[in-house]
Amino acid sequence: MSRTVLESLNSGLLEALGSSPDVLLLGEDILDPYGGAFKVTKGCSTKYPQQVITTPISEAGLAGLASGLALRGLRPVVEVMFGDFITLMADQLVNHIAKFRWMYNDTVNLPLVIRTPMGGRRGYGPAHSQTLEKLFMGIPGLTVVSPNHLLPEGSIEPGEQLKRLILETSEPVLFVENKLQYLLPLLTQTGLSEFDVHERYAAEDEKRLFPIRTLEVAGAPKPVCTIAAYGYMSELCLDAVKKLAYDHEIFCRLVIPTRLAPFHTDSIEESVLETGRLVIVEEGTLTMGWGAELTARVAEILGARLEKVGRVGAKDTPVPAAATLEQQTLPQVDTIVDAVLRLAGKNG
Amino acid sequence: MTDSELVLYRAMLRIRRFEETILEQFKRGLFSGTTHTSLGQEANAVGVISQSLPDNVIVTNHRCHGHYLAYGGDMRALFAELMGRSTGICGGRGGSQHIHWRNLYSNGVQGGIVPIAAGMALAEKRKGKDISVTVFIGDGTFGEGVIYEAFNFASLWQLPLLIVVENNHIAQTTPSELALAGSIKKRFEAFGIPAVELDTSDVMEIAGEASQLYAEIHENISPRALILNTRRFGPHSKGDDTRSGEEVARMRLERDPLSILESRLPAHDVAEVVSQVEEEVRIAFDLALADPPALFPERGS
Repeated sequence: MSRTVLESLNSGLLEALGSSPDVLLLGEDILDPYGGAFKVTKGCSTKYPQQVITTPISEAGLAGLASGLALRGLRPVVEVMFGDFITLMADQLVNHIAKFRWMYNDTVNLPLVIRTPMGGRRGYGPAHSQTLEKLFMGIPGLTVVSPNHLLPEGSIEPGEQLKRLILETSEPVLFVENKLQYLLPLLTQTGLSEFDVHERYAAEDEKRLFPIRTLEVAGAPKPVCTIAAYGYMSELCLDAVKKLAYDHEIFCRLVIPTRLAPFHTDSIEESVLETGRLVIVEEGTLTMGWGAELTARVAEILGARLEKVGRVGAKDTPVPAAATLEQQTLPQVDTIVDAVLRLAGKNG
Repeated sequence: MTDSELVLYRAMLRIRRFEETILEQFKRGLFSGTTHTSLGQEANAVGVISQSLPDNVIVTNHRCHGHYLAYGGDMRALFAELMGRSTGICGGRGGSQHIHWRNLYSNGVQGGIVPIAAGMALAEKRKGKDISVTVFIGDGTFGEGVIYEAFNFASLWQLPLLIVVENNHIAQTTPSELALAGSIKKRFEAFGIPAVELDTSDVMEIAGEASQLYAEIHENISPRALILNTRRFGPHSKGDDTRSGEEVARMRLERDPLSILESRLPAHDVAEVVSQVEEEVRIAFDLALADPPALFPERGS
């Protein structure tokens, strides 16, 4: 049985703690035997008791505390129990953490990783199921990362990416996990044998921390639609790509960035130059989302060469608790398939 | 004691003349943006920071010029920062209230910097360094919830943190009786943070108390609070004072830290310091004025 994203992240944290005494893990309910609400921190406090600090329920204060630790040379990593609670940190993230390095004229470093699970499909209801990272993607100075479990040969897995960010970043990182992604097995080349998988890095990503992956059905004709997605949505898109290929003979290329901000759209643009069509998939509400910005950027660069564009996101309502309502609210494989069919189907 | 008093007098006068120059020159359009002067509160910055160990960390707020100058910051660089010159402390990026130099850090948003100060204190404690962190806040900051999270951290983890409250009894234009319930001192005590309260503008009294508190913080590695009841002579920023002229005049008469100390110093020493500080401020101002404006490098260069 392949390891899961959760196990990978857990190893990454343990390895980061073991690599340097400057790494501190802070968060609510992260001590063993509980090991965090989603168990990502399990074993950390047992193995590294001096480096793991359980905190009061004080998200705003915790973000500030971590920023102070980072400004004075340590490497804190913070767990926020639910992504929804990131709003409690907004002043710290926007007015302090994201600003310090720049407003102090690049005289300080702020090596800080804040990781948190977003996403629904667990029936947790309106204030425990949101996908809110879009609120922080347009904040200069803040890097937003979404790890991915679809791994070409030799690629870095989610835990390795987390570990390297903790140990190597000099800037604040919002590391966005996803509750359902935790349970997914890491899909390496064997698990992805139906696909041609490629990986690249942006030129400015000198440390090669943020792989950008592309997948398409192996041996298929030239793709006619590009699908952009990240995090758990990439898993749904993988199913959609298969369904489109086998049921509809429509072939797509899936592009998966792992760094969401600052924006880097080269890979998506290059793919759209071949396909002319772009469907962007996100779990957050559609309005003012990742897809909106991505669409604008790709359209600005490609002009009419972007022939058609579609977006798939959550309905613009809170996420309901009831499983049936939640399913109607959040993107599903079928909604992605439908969106591609609208652009690239017989009538597209 | 006279030597030390004269040193503190000079330090306070540097702040006084710097701030007065800022307000004067703002009218001439030589500064842009805004500013918050610490006129009348000079004894707080000088009294506390004169007793802080050289490696200690100072964390401050929108009203930070006095803290920066008392900490030893270069006057020309502060003028230049406010004028938007490339030689400014932060190259013109931060302006009046967002500065960093050596171990001094400021941000202009109320309250948010307090948990950051706690984090810095935790960092120094973990590193085993004999370094404490001092954070300056005002009475207005007590409306921000995040400071109580930070007070809890400081006490819970026994952090080497001195929280200095400059209670000038007015937050921008709102008198504290319209904003503050109960007692500031009891708020600290509720968290188990020992707090001392003074109602003075005598820098020697403030320095004496600060010295004692630093000794305790460094000896016991634990937080302390110092509440300084003080008077703000100037407007909140440039010209937004809603208080009566009589009220401010009475403050100046009764609570001027410079006059209070001056009465104990030989007149010829005072005169010498006054003329030296005048010269220093004039030179710093002129140099900053002649410095090149801050500009981002052109694209592609």
